[in-house]
Parts: sequence; structure tokens; C-alpha cells
Amino acid sequence: MNGNEGGTPQLELRGITKAYPGCLANDHIDLKIMPGEIHALLGENGAGKSTLVKTIYGVLQADEGEIIWAGSPVTIPNPHTARKIGIGMVFQHFSLFEAMTVTENIALGMSGRQDMKILERDIIEVSNSYGLPLEPNRQVHTLSVGEKQRIEIVRCLLQKPKLLIMDEPTSVLTPQEAEKMFETLRRLSGEGVSILYISHKLDEIKELCHKATILRGGKYISECDPTKETAKSLAEMMIGTNLRAPEHHETANGGPIRLKVRDLSIDADVEFGVNLNAINFDVRSGEIFGIAGVAGNGQIELLSALSGETICRNPDTIMLDGKPIGRLGPNPRRDLGLAFVPEDRLGHGSVPEMLLTENAFLSGYSRMALLNGGFINNSSTAEYASEIVKEFDVRTPGIHHTASSLSGGNLQKFIVGREVLQKPGILIVAHPTWGVDAGAAAFIHQTLIDLAEAGAAVLVVSQDLDELFAISDRIAVIAEGRLSVGRELNEITIEEIGLLMGGTHGMGETAGAADVA
Amino acid sequence: MSGFDWVVPIILTVITAATPLVFAGIGELVTEKSGVLNLGVEGMMLVGAVSGFITALVTGNYFLAVGAAALAGAIMAFLFGVLTLSLMANQVATGLALTLFGVGLSALMGQEFVGEPIAALSKLNITGLSDLPFIGPIIFGQDVLVYLSFVMVALVSWLLYKTKAGLILRAVGDSHDAAHSIGYPVIAIRYLAVMFGGAMSGIGGAYLSLAYTPMWAENMTAGRGWIALALIVFATWKPGLVLVGAYMFGGITILQLHAQAAGLNVPSQVLSMLPYLATILVLVLISKDESRIRKHAPACIGKIFHPAA
Repeated sequence: MNGNEGGTPQLELRGITKAYPGCLANDHIDLKIMPGEIHALLGENGAGKSTLVKTIYGVLQADEGEIIWAGSPVTIPNPHTARKIGIGMVFQHFSLFEAMTVTENIALGMSGRQDMKILERDIIEVSNSYGLPLEPNRQVHTLSVGEKQRIEIVRCLLQKPKLLIMDEPTSVLTPQEAEKMFETLRRLSGEGVSILYISHKLDEIKELCHKATILRGGKYISECDPTKETAKSLAEMMIGTNLRAPEHHETANGGPIRLKVRDLSIDADVEFGVNLNAINFDVRSGEIFGIAGVAGNGQIELLSALSGETICRNPDTIMLDGKPIGRLGPNPRRDLGLAFVPEDRLGHGSVPEMLLTENAFLSGYSRMALLNGGFINNSSTAEYASEIVKEFDVRTPGIHHTASSLSGGNLQKFIVGREVLQKPGILIVAHPTWGVDAGAAAFIHQTLIDLAEAGAAVLVVSQDLDELFAISDRIAVIAEGRLSVGRELNEITIEEIGLLMGGTHGMGETAGAADVA
Repeated sequence: MSGFDWVVPIILTVITAATPLVFAGIGELVTEKSGVLNLGVEGMMLVGAVSGFITALVTGNYFLAVGAAALAGAIMAFLFGVLTLSLMANQVATGLALTLFGVGLSALMGQEFVGEPIAALSKLNITGLSDLPFIGPIIFGQDVLVYLSFVMVALVSWLLYKTKAGLILRAVGDSHDAAHSIGYPVIAIRYLAVMFGGAMSGIGGAYLSLAYTPMWAENMTAGRGWIALALIVFATWKPGLVLVGAYMFGGITILQLHAQAAGLNVPSQVLSMLPYLATILVLVLISKDESRIRKHAPACIGKIFHPAA
């Protein structure tokens, strides 16, 4: 319809169809990307975006349809072939190996032989020139989500691809980092590299992308020019209905302090961990307190100190409704009304191989009274799980399916729902909408706001500043294990926060540390 | 000097006690590094022992005998692979079944050969060097399998940590989903690793029936397969430490035998327990250091890989 540009497309898909048992993931999808074009692929979780890009990358094989690469039809039987013809991909769920170093991970994602010393040098060079600092000898399991994503991106860039597929690359970056990456992508685009860009952040798609293809329920819906649309109109095309922005409540400064943290200092117990340094803050009833920061600045350590996975030395360090809980473990804290939604929803927030009912039980058994003289009360557990599914619009074939069978957004809704239904006095949430589509994100935001309005204290740790600005009452920034003073939303700008986040822990310094290590 | 004459024979017996453990341990280490837990080591060793023994008895050719033992072990491991990798059976249950199967199969195969004597695998004899006092018999007077066991440890260590093939093997063991999404053939790699483990277990078993006690007796591995499995945890999945562990265990086994012979005033049963007690003790001590295990243990061990999405 819109194909009046000259030249041969870098990639063209015709009628790609892929069926899974019981679901048609891709239903005759067409797509055309010109050399140097940044093309957005939009759709809710479960719209078939991942299936489509995995087909392009050779992880999956289409049942029907044609892939045309630079004018000639190709079959891509595996990712090695994809990389060979010049397709690189940054995965949403990282394809990384936790027990290995950054360099080893990158070597694994490249075809052919590598000299590790040369590769290490190339990594430092590429990562610095694109503003994605990496220390080649770090073990991946010691890195934060944000740092892990950098590995994936650098791994692709090292292979000089002609088409780069990026599955939500900015979801864990600071605005400055994201801006820097847009520059990178624009530069690549200028060099003639095509980019297929998946993101839920519609503003950035408007800013960055030349074209957008919208998928819904596995079907091609339309192609449009995102610069001519609004974020709202894009979102509505994606979900097919109207979208409501979260309704912000009146700031409630008057509420009593529910969570009080004083002089929290913890030395990291793992290699390359971040030491927490004299952290102080309060969260009041009715308030959402946001903590911003670049991944790997102490968020993991702070969260585990708050959840009780790390025990403090002094009980008075953390006070919950006036009770000292510093030396209590996660379960007693939960009993006192502290609920927790961790960063990693598969593995930390849920047991992937267990059923939704079992996952509901594991966190809720005490507060929801699901135990019957030491035995699991199956009927009330099932009721609880069904209530979560119903109230939080979790799309699943049923509560007797495993957590890993849910898409990211739906699992996140399930986990948030599980905690919120326990009526916590304090809810601590890490990255509540990471990798979650616009519809689900709006729903989760509204849920957090409603919970705060009902009198709970909510603490949100996130890298997504738009999110923090949309829902928080006060924001503080964590950098190098120190927390800045919390400030009212109207007293601080995104730029100031960005500077605090980068602050003393800027790009240049991190990169410099790599040379020492 | 003559006061130390008893040292050399003790060291020699320690070497023979340790060698089967080194083989079985290093093979299973490769299997486990690929993310597969094969508890059938004992069974594979037994089938290797009896196959090697029969081949040696019939042909008189020890190279063929060792080859037959490796092949027999690899076939057993292949069977395990078909069940766990292709048919996705539970690895623990299948491994236990493989051991039980190996005990029975080896007894059946060796029924007519029990008690038949063969000559022990010949030892290296270099005129001059092998006659040197002390180090001569220890360093230059071993049979070829002892040297091979050291070569295998070095080879595996080099392969795992210095080559891309080893990096891929470890990657498959660390996260099979990630390895799959990058495009590595997880199942094929695991087949190779499992069969290498089987071949090494077979040779370890054959060392018992060809060199340690050159004869066949039912169940002659006497639990060494299980010790080899424990050694890998002891070694926190590091090839060099498998060697250390095997020699430590072999050493304690021999020392307690000598202690029994010397009439030490401790019940012999207690002394016989020592190697096992030592193993348990070391395992407990090692498990305390969580980060060390996390760094080297293959995260996907024992997990079934569904190549679907």
C-alpha cells in the first residue's frame, strides 16, 4: 500500500504463519523494512511479536510464508544462519549464561572462532563508543538487569549486522542512557543498518522510528507513520480499545509513617555487589515513594534488605508501623503486613515450574489463611488464585497452569495481584512494568495508586522515570549504594534526576573501572 | 633411606586405587558440565570392567580390551541419552535404573569368567629411569592407563576452559534455553558429553578388572561409581580437583587397609568407614561456600530440556 519508496527492501516477510497447539501465534503477517529504516513492531504481550522476530532470527520455523532478504528468498533454519547473513538480535528474556563472564557470553553469541584477548579489547572499544559500559571479566550473575541488557546489545553490535532486532532495549536504561542509545541507533540507521524495534514505550517509538507495524492477536492490523500518530492513538491501535491514563490521587502528606529506614548500611556479600551506605527514608501511609537509579547501584541489595532476605545487624534499622523488623526474615515481615514484588518475576517472584495455585499459596498462605492444621486447604487456595486471575485480568487458560506458561505481562499482573489481595500495609515493588505492555502497565499503575489511596505505603524501585513520574508522590535516587533525599514530585525535574542517577557514577568512570579490573 | 622403603609400595597402591576414580570422575564431570546428571556411573563401570576383561581374556590384546570397555560404557550412556534426552525421562530415576541394569548385565556377561586369571596390564619399564630409587617406580613404572588418566584430566581441563567447544559445553549446562535461542544444538551436545562420560566410566571399570585386580568378580566396583559422583561435588566441578579428590580418597582407602593390617586397636569396620566418612565431611565443608558452588556448578543440571519455544 505504502511501498512507493525506491530500492529493494532489506527484509520482506510475506504471509508468515505460525501455529502452536491451540493458538495461531502469527496469522499471515506481512512486513517490509528498507535499508536504514527503523521500523517499530507494536502489539500487546501475546500479539505475536516475539514469535515473529524469533522466526526472522531462525529460532522458530514458520509453517507458511516467505522471507525475502535483500531481494532473494531465503530460509533461515537456525540463528547461526541468521547471524551469517547479517541479522542480529537483542532478546527480551536474556540469552545469557549466568556462571560465565561477559566476554564468554559474547563469544558464545558469535559464530566462528574468537581470540579472547582481541574480543575483550573489541568489547571495551564498542561498549565505550556506544555508551554501554561493560567490564569484560565480570561474571554475569553479579550484574543487574540493565547491565545484562548491555551485554546483549554489545554482542550484536560487534557483529556489524545489516538488520538489528531489538526487543525492548530501553526498558532498563536511564533517559540519558536511552538517549545515547537512540543516537547509536540513528547512527547505525545512517550507516544503512535496518532496525526492527520492539518497545512498549510509545513516546520513544514516535521519537525514533520511521515506520510502525501493529499486530494484535497474531494478525497484522496496520502500518503507520508513528511520527504522525499520538502515543494514545498508537496504544489504542495496539489494544483495540480506548485507554485510560492512571488517575492520580491527592498527595497525602498527612499520613502516619509506616516504613522507616534509618542508617541502613550493608556490606555486599557477593563479589562486585554494591555496599549500601547509610540509607535513610520514610514512606507514609497513602504515599507512593519512588526510588530511581541506574541498575547495579544498590537496588538489589536494598530490596533484599527490605524484604528480609538479608538480615540487618540492628533491629531498629527498619521500622514497620513502629515495630523494629531489622532482624526478622521474610515470613515474619510478611505476617506484619510487608508485601514484596521482586525484580525478576520468573524465578524470584514465582516458581516457574509450579502451578498458579501453588505460587499463590507460597506467598499468601499465612495472610490468606490457606493452611488447615498444617495441611494445604486446596479449595481456598484455588479460590484465592481464581480471585487474583479475575480481579487482575490475568489471561491464562486456568489456575492449574504453570507460572512459566504466562506471558511476562500476565505473570506480572498475577504477582502484583497476589500481593495486593493480601491487603499489605506496605508494598515494595521492583520494576513493576518491566517488559509489560501498555494496557497491563496502566492497570498495574492504577492498582498501586488505589492501594496507596486505601492507606498502604508503597515503595516503587524502577529505572523507568516516566513510570515514577506518573505514579509517585516523592522520588529519591539511588547511586553507588547511597540514597538521595526524597523530593516532592513538583520540586524535581527529570533532568535533575537523570543527573543524580549519573552523578558521580557516570559512564566514563564505570568504563575506567573496567581497565583496572 | 631404608627406613622409607615402605613408602613406595604404599604410594603405588594409592595410585592404583585412585586411577579408576579419576577416569569415572572426569567423564561424569563432562557429562554434568553439559547439564546432565547420570547416576549410572557404577553400572557403566561394571559393564566396562566385564567387557574389558572378556576381551582381554579372549584376544589377549589389552588395547582392544580398553577400547571394548570404553565402547561398552559409551553404549550404556547412549541408552541413558535416548531415555533422558530424546524421550525426556527423569534423569535421576533413569540413572539409578542404569546402575541396577549394569549390575545385572555385567553379572550375566561375566558368569562364565568368574575367577579366571589374566595377566595384569603391563607396567612401563624404561631401563635406567624405572630403576631410579623412589621416583623410578612411581613416575616411570606405571601402566599406560595411569598416564592416560592424567592426560585425560589435562585434556578435559584444557577443552573446558580454553576452547570454544568447551565454552559451548559449559553454556549448554548453564542455560539450555539461552544456548538454544542463540542456536546451539543442545541435545546433540549433551549426547556427546554423556557418551564421553560413559566411555570414561567404562575405562575406569576396566582398570579394576585389568590392572587393579586382574580378574572378574561380580560387583567388583564396590561403590566406586558413587564415590566418583561425590568427587565431582567435592571438586566443585573443577577437573584438577577431581584428580586431587580421587587421590585423597584412594589414599585414605589404602591407609586404612594398612592400619588394619598393622593391627591398630580400632574395630576394622570403623576403619573401613573412613574413606566414606571423609567424603561426607568434605562434602559438608564444601557446601558451606555457596558462592563457590554457584560459580562452577552447572545451573541446568538434571533439568529436562524442552526445545519448543
